[in-house]
Amino acid sequence: MSDFNKSSLSEIVNLIKSKKVSSSEITSHYIKNIEKGKKLNSFITTCFEEALKKAKEFDNKKNFNGLLPGVPLAVKDLFCTKNVKTTAGSKILENFIPTYESSVTHNLWSEGAILLGKLNCDEFAMGSSNETSYFGNVINPIGKDLVPGGSSGGSASALAANLTPATIGTDTGGSIRQPASFTGTVGLKPTYGLCSRWGIVAFASSLDQAGPMTKNVEDCALLLEAMSGYDGKDSTSINKKKEKYSKNLNQKVKGLKIGIPKEYRIENMPKEIDSLWKKGIDILKKSGAKIIDISLPHTKYALSTYYIVAPAEASSNLARYDGVKYGYRSNKGKNLIEMYENTRGEGFGDEVKRRVLIGTYVLSSGYYDAYYLKAQKVRRLIKNDFDKCFKSVDAILTPSTPSSAFKIGEKTNDPISMYLNDIFTVPVNLAGIPAISIPAGQDNKGHPLGLQLISKALDEQKILNIAFAMEKSIAFKQSLNRWWE
Amino acid sequence: MEKEKFDYYIKTEKNSWEVVIGLEVHAQVISDSKLFSGSSTKFGAKPNTQVSLVDSAFPGMLPVINQYCIEQAIKTGLGLNAKINLFSIFDRKNYFYADLPAGYQISQYKNPIVGEGAVTLDMPYGSKKVGIERLHLEQDAGKSIHDLSPDNTFVDLNRSGVALMEIVSKPDLRSPSEVNLYVKKLRTIMRYLGTCDGNMQEGSLRADVNVSVRKKGEKKFGTRCEIKNVNSIKFMEMAIDLEAKRQVELLEAGKTIEQETRLFDTKKNETRSMRSKEEAHDYRYFPDPDLLPLEIKQSFVDGLKKKLPELPDKKKDRFIKKFKLTPYEANVLVSEIDISKYFEEVIKNADIKLAKNWIIVELFAVLNEKNLDIKNSPVSSKNLASLINAISSGEISGKIAKKVFEIMVETGGEPSKIIKEKGLKQQSDPKELEKIVIKVLGDNSDKVSEYKSGKEKLYGFFVGEIMKASSGKANPKLVNDILKEKLKK
Repeated sequence: MSDFNKSSLSEIVNLIKSKKVSSSEITSHYIKNIEKGKKLNSFITTCFEEALKKAKEFDNKKNFNGLLPGVPLAVKDLFCTKNVKTTAGSKILENFIPTYESSVTHNLWSEGAILLGKLNCDEFAMGSSNETSYFGNVINPIGKDLVPGGSSGGSASALAANLTPATIGTDTGGSIRQPASFTGTVGLKPTYGLCSRWGIVAFASSLDQAGPMTKNVEDCALLLEAMSGYDGKDSTSINKKKEKYSKNLNQKVKGLKIGIPKEYRIENMPKEIDSLWKKGIDILKKSGAKIIDISLPHTKYALSTYYIVAPAEASSNLARYDGVKYGYRSNKGKNLIEMYENTRGEGFGDEVKRRVLIGTYVLSSGYYDAYYLKAQKVRRLIKNDFDKCFKSVDAILTPSTPSSAFKIGEKTNDPISMYLNDIFTVPVNLAGIPAISIPAGQDNKGHPLGLQLISKALDEQKILNIAFAMEKSIAFKQSLNRWWE
Repeated sequence: MEKEKFDYYIKTEKNSWEVVIGLEVHAQVISDSKLFSGSSTKFGAKPNTQVSLVDSAFPGMLPVINQYCIEQAIKTGLGLNAKINLFSIFDRKNYFYADLPAGYQISQYKNPIVGEGAVTLDMPYGSKKVGIERLHLEQDAGKSIHDLSPDNTFVDLNRSGVALMEIVSKPDLRSPSEVNLYVKKLRTIMRYLGTCDGNMQEGSLRADVNVSVRKKGEKKFGTRCEIKNVNSIKFMEMAIDLEAKRQVELLEAGKTIEQETRLFDTKKNETRSMRSKEEAHDYRYFPDPDLLPLEIKQSFVDGLKKKLPELPDKKKDRFIKKFKLTPYEANVLVSEIDISKYFEEVIKNADIKLAKNWIIVELFAVLNEKNLDIKNSPVSSKNLASLINAISSGEISGKIAKKVFEIMVETGGEPSKIIKEKGLKQQSDPKELEKIVIKVLGDNSDKVSEYKSGKEKLYGFFVGEIMKASSGKANPKLVNDILKEKLKK
């Protein structure tokens, strides 16, 4: 058996398509990797038996047309998967088995993919280090003591460690791009409405968006193509024709105008990140792109805005976990109110409680106008900033995160410093526009760092193409000694 | 008819108090499926058999607006002469309860689909306009069932997610009878439109009643109390009366009214406090991020407008003008769309004057007695028209007609058949009648002599005997003519 650990998703697709390798062989390979990778704690649930069965079924079929023929994939445990436990990283859904399949995962299986298992994540996707999961923290394959980022930390860790050839995550404020940046992988947050939210455990409905996490840009285009698409069951889904991102992928950057926002040059940013950013700018210049200095003046309010809007929506979205219908129910309490209090008190972790409290507070009467309404207004201003800039530039280049992966436990007692991790990623969610993070280099500790490309809504192809070109020039290499095995 | 004067004041030794009432009517939208899911809305199904994943708020489930419910709300708005808002927003009203699966109800808060409108009531003291503040769409909650087990509460989610229209009136109502007519008027309009069946027993129509009092002549409103969830017109009237009196008593004792939510206890016949203003829920309304603002095109509203049926007020005017009905008669005949339809079917081929009397007097008496809708009337409009025509043509007398009608009510039969089978046809052959008259006069020759000698009162006796001899079928006019002729001789 060849070493699939070096193979990208696209290569695996080609191997299976050309019948050089069977789906069963590939699936067994990843199952072995997963079994050897338990130390990383990136999986909450595995579905090996079912996956092997499906792979065999696939191998017995004569014809296959899908984009992901017989490819085994693990997905973030925020996607509801039919008959497979879906926890959202929370005790309150510890034993929840959906009777339905999320639209996005359904799309993947329709393209031929096979579910390998469910990946660990921060509880209800609330976190930037995957330390809030009820199922324990996830370890970054880059280093034993490092967080993988979050909330799609299990996805990033599993991908970087080759426990899955590609994966999908969700991104509410950076939950795909930040862990991608921390693990030396590629992650894309699509335009709000490009991927259906139906069947994804909701965190903040107006910000949540599913997206691909892959080893390279080509894979990213392929997976985005497979997972996206209009869905009548999601009222915020965009009704448009499916794009052929992988077919249209090219490296034409010449003549494109790239904006560099001065507001992203923040205080105390590590020099390495700044120089990496410069490196990115140089690469684009050399490729014939025009670099333009731009201003996104409301950027400084983005984080505060985000931490009002997202908790507000979350406080309401999480009200359904009350012990009445499904999920965890405390057996303590003499009446309905006490049952609620105990169920939610025991079922939710600290970070979730913190955000539910913040959200409840900013929506309450007397505070609504000062917080929630104001935040919505600022959100519009942030979007206007982007709209204005995209009249003169094709894409915006920024760092993905203000630091590389930090140590486990380093920020758990300092929520604000944890929240600051999202500073470069949240504006994009607030504006509903797409952004991709690609690995751009390492800091002096050898930890990967990412650069982010942002475009206007529905311009995914453009940032994929620019990223594709940059990827080639950067030639990012990451060799892990598989210490966890 | 002379107009009465409005006179609903609570009179005490010191003062005369005016009662101010505003209503929030919750009307269940007629729709096969729920407001945001495809589940059935049929009443009376087994518990939890009409519940989708959306209705029970499973993780990741999303609402999708049911366009038909939107149409129904717009139609109702048009029926209330109200402004249709082309831009409206669905908000979340957050609170915890076992029968509210999502922990929030999707409702409309600051931007309802329907704005200001008005309905007109025909009061004995003249017509009265009641302002509509707004109409908004919202989901119903499920039902908590507390009486099945001593230790447990059961939850039935069949109703969860069913579309409701909340119709909020201005504080324009001034008496229980105005409330009575207002609710009936709303119900009539919605039934005409087919937007709410108004069935209060099934909970399709219920109301929160806001009551305050002020001294007669005072311009400022008093502090109001809201009586929650009253589900019959009679209870609304009772609750208002009780609540107004309670408030007057407090005020006259020098106390103040606390703004609060109250319950009407139909068993104890009292209203009592449910929660004070301080205890009031903070619903933390905010726009539902799962739903985009609802934008409607004016052409869509115009299309619905074109398809609206003739509404009760218009129909009433037409009935008065075209059919020369009194306002009272017209009101009665338009009170239900099915009654008006019945009436118009009958008069297609029958005399209007006879038709309205037969419907309002005879038919309604029967329907009332048998507790039937006009839709289930044993006498079809066609049969009633035939009966009326039999009267008009002289085939049967009005008296015989009542007999025929009785049989029609019992059997549902056609009048012509009944008349034939029972031999009830009026005897109008002069020769036959003459024979009967001669026989009766012959049998009573002594009375004939008395008559001729001046005892003219006996005329009625002869008519009675003749009718008896003809089993009531003799044509009274002909009998009269012949009898007069014979007695002259």
